[in-house]
Amino acid sequence: MLGLNKKDFRLLMIVLGLTMLAPFILNPFPSSSGLAQFNAGYPDLMQRFVIFGIFAIGFNILFGLTGYLSFGHAAFLGVGSYGAMWMMKLFSLNVIPAIIMGVIVAGIFAVAVGYVSLRRSGIYFSILTLAFAQMSYALAYSVLTPITGGETGLQIKSTDSPLLSNLAEGEIGRANLFGMDMRASYEMAVGDWLFTFNAGYYIAAVFMLISFYLAIRIFRSPFGTMLRAVKSNQTRMYYTGLNARPYTLAAFVISGMYAGLAGGLLVAMDTQVGPERMFWTASGEVVLMTILGGAGTLIGPVLGAGAIKYMENILSKINKDILHQWFAFLPDGLEDFIITLVYPFIGKGWHLTLGLIFMAVVIFLPGGLVEGGQRIKRLFSRKKKPGDDEADKASQSTPAE
Amino acid sequence: MTKSNFTRRGLLKTSAIAGAGVALPTIFTAQSAHAFTNEPTGSSVTLGFNVPQSGPYADEGADELRAYELAVEHLNGGGDGGMMNTFSSKALQGNGILGKEVKYVTGDTQTKSDAARASAKSMIEKDGAIMITGGSSSGVAVAVQALCQEAGVIFMAGLTHSNDTTGKDRKANGFRHFFNSYMSGAALAPVLAANYGTDRKAYHLTADYNWGYTTEEAVKASTEAMGWETVAAVKTPLTQTDFSSYIAPVLQSGADTLVLNHYGGNMVNSLTNAVQFGLRDKQVNGKDFQIIVPLYSRLMAKGAGANVKGIFGSTNWHWSLTDEGSQAFVKSFGTKYGFPPSQAAHTTYVQALLYADAVERAGSFAPCAVAEALEDFEFDGMGNGKTLYRGADHQCFKDVLVVKGKENPDSEFDLLEVVEVTPVDQVMYSPDHPQMGGAEATLGTCNNGA
Repeated sequence: MLGLNKKDFRLLMIVLGLTMLAPFILNPFPSSSGLAQFNAGYPDLMQRFVIFGIFAIGFNILFGLTGYLSFGHAAFLGVGSYGAMWMMKLFSLNVIPAIIMGVIVAGIFAVAVGYVSLRRSGIYFSILTLAFAQMSYALAYSVLTPITGGETGLQIKSTDSPLLSNLAEGEIGRANLFGMDMRASYEMAVGDWLFTFNAGYYIAAVFMLISFYLAIRIFRSPFGTMLRAVKSNQTRMYYTGLNARPYTLAAFVISGMYAGLAGGLLVAMDTQVGPERMFWTASGEVVLMTILGGAGTLIGPVLGAGAIKYMENILSKINKDILHQWFAFLPDGLEDFIITLVYPFIGKGWHLTLGLIFMAVVIFLPGGLVEGGQRIKRLFSRKKKPGDDEADKASQSTPAE
Repeated sequence: MTKSNFTRRGLLKTSAIAGAGVALPTIFTAQSAHAFTNEPTGSSVTLGFNVPQSGPYADEGADELRAYELAVEHLNGGGDGGMMNTFSSKALQGNGILGKEVKYVTGDTQTKSDAARASAKSMIEKDGAIMITGGSSSGVAVAVQALCQEAGVIFMAGLTHSNDTTGKDRKANGFRHFFNSYMSGAALAPVLAANYGTDRKAYHLTADYNWGYTTEEAVKASTEAMGWETVAAVKTPLTQTDFSSYIAPVLQSGADTLVLNHYGGNMVNSLTNAVQFGLRDKQVNGKDFQIIVPLYSRLMAKGAGANVKGIFGSTNWHWSLTDEGSQAFVKSFGTKYGFPPSQAAHTTYVQALLYADAVERAGSFAPCAVAEALEDFEFDGMGNGKTLYRGADHQCFKDVLVVKGKENPDSEFDLLEVVEVTPVDQVMYSPDHPQMGGAEATLGTCNNGA
């Protein structure tokens, strides 16, 4: 259906189900229980899950298929955000033109960066993209302050009156979709649970589903096959008379546009943008997301993005006070001992936890979380159809290096 | 590869699901079960402490968090009450806020606006925080302040010194106790004139970002007003760690004073470089070469070590102050943590108390009521003498300390000495001052949210 084979369609439906029911799935613990700390079903984090999912899907089209490791992808996210922001400040508070602008600006920037960077491959390509990204960051931080707002970034101000809006004097414009506020939510209280259905989240989720669908089509298309050929042996491609450059450039630009879409959505959900969005750590983060989830797989990057954003937002908020509440039932000495053990891994130590998990995944599950899932599945389904394994292999490819 | 198996039933099913998916967000609109965002209904109220726990200002962040924990303890009636005893307003009873026990959640701003907003949003959306406070950078303060304005909660800024926070980016829901670039310039100028004369040639090195710009502008304006000449103002990248290449041209320029508009690690490095170059032993235009650091903090002085000796700067508060309020705070902070608090700790502690007091006086947690209680509120006993929370821009006006690196420090905390307390009248400015965004800057209207 929809031009997909049965397996891919089923995957798309699973993703559809997960995204639409996310407010339930992410809020499994009653709000009065101590475990409520681990609930992730609030609008901001759900939006981040799907937006960074889009970012990682796009990155995976470049990295997973062609093997080109871009280390400056956050630049496109940032450029897309600035584009979307200016569209909102000047043209319309509707998110659609802003998002489109974000995609276009990021696309154009990707053409320029890709044209230069793709002349080299391997580590040189990575360094070139990293250089471009750091350059964009530095420009946005200081030199381009009139356009980017410098360190403070850009926000919608009461003095902004976009062309297509009729704001009252001094009213601060809000991002909307044909009048529907991005922050509008419906709250459903069931017993001790509170489920929040947020307008912005569902809009971002729809964009994510479309991006996911497009990614599947790209993966399965002749174009996708060509990109895989680039990864397996570019030299051989050249010898057979094929010029790989247009293909890699196309993949690079598509990937950049995905990042632009994510950037535009970030602005649509939360109307502000700052240069940190382009910092090299942000570029590194998307590489981590993709590898953690499983490079070259369809669903992997989305899982990786979710895992990292979850840790960043949930683990980092656990403080000593909360630990004391959890372990209050233990005798004093033991309580303090356990808290001393756990403390380095939570709060500001979430980077450490992430690092350990990342190492474990890379060492034991080179195919990322997706491989973990497959292993578990294999464990439970004893009888294996011989064809299945083949299909698994076809639907994923091993990362380049 | 493509398997087309469209059936009527299949198509109907798919479009129904898709339709439901698309329609879902439009069915529901915002529900307003509460009068304002996160109205506390139970026996407790949650405050959100959003401080940098990682990144360049993690030290300040850790100190802010300590101060907040102390403030919560005092508000709930624990400890010795600290500044609650010296505070001129006696609305706080030590039984929480409006009888509700104070609870708190913490988050890490990472000194990045994105991360800070994500963290603040999770406090508002998930933990039901009624007020967000903290932070150690102006970029973060401006970003989080705007978020709080949108969401309809109060923002009590932490350490943020850029004019913009209560200047061109001021918001009706945001309040700042800390002083700003303009005040630093205005407070420093007379002291500099008295010590170094009125015919100096200044050379500025400015961190290339928002705070650097406003500080440079402020110091330039006030020193030029008393007769100084600005020879050059050079921007340095924020990530710079070696400033030798920027220091070398200073001597050739004919300047006899170097102004370092740097903060944190930047300042530690640039000052160290300048001193290593021997600038301070030089004689230019028949005068001793001097270095000035507009914004000082104890943590910076610690980083720069002996190099800060005799160098002038300004600071919001210093633990060696002898007024009743400061002493009460230093005592209870010292008892709990074993060392004196920094200015970051002081401003955040005061902000937490001021918020709680405003809620008590307003009799409501509603942001607009609290804002009204804070506006044009005059108080005393919080370590800075008589202070006014001006309603026009939500900036506190109080005396500013001009400090100097101590020649013979007694301990690792005793690095600065207060040279002069510049009275508040000298650092006062009108709300539509050009450095503060001019006539265009407005607070907007206060937002209760939901």
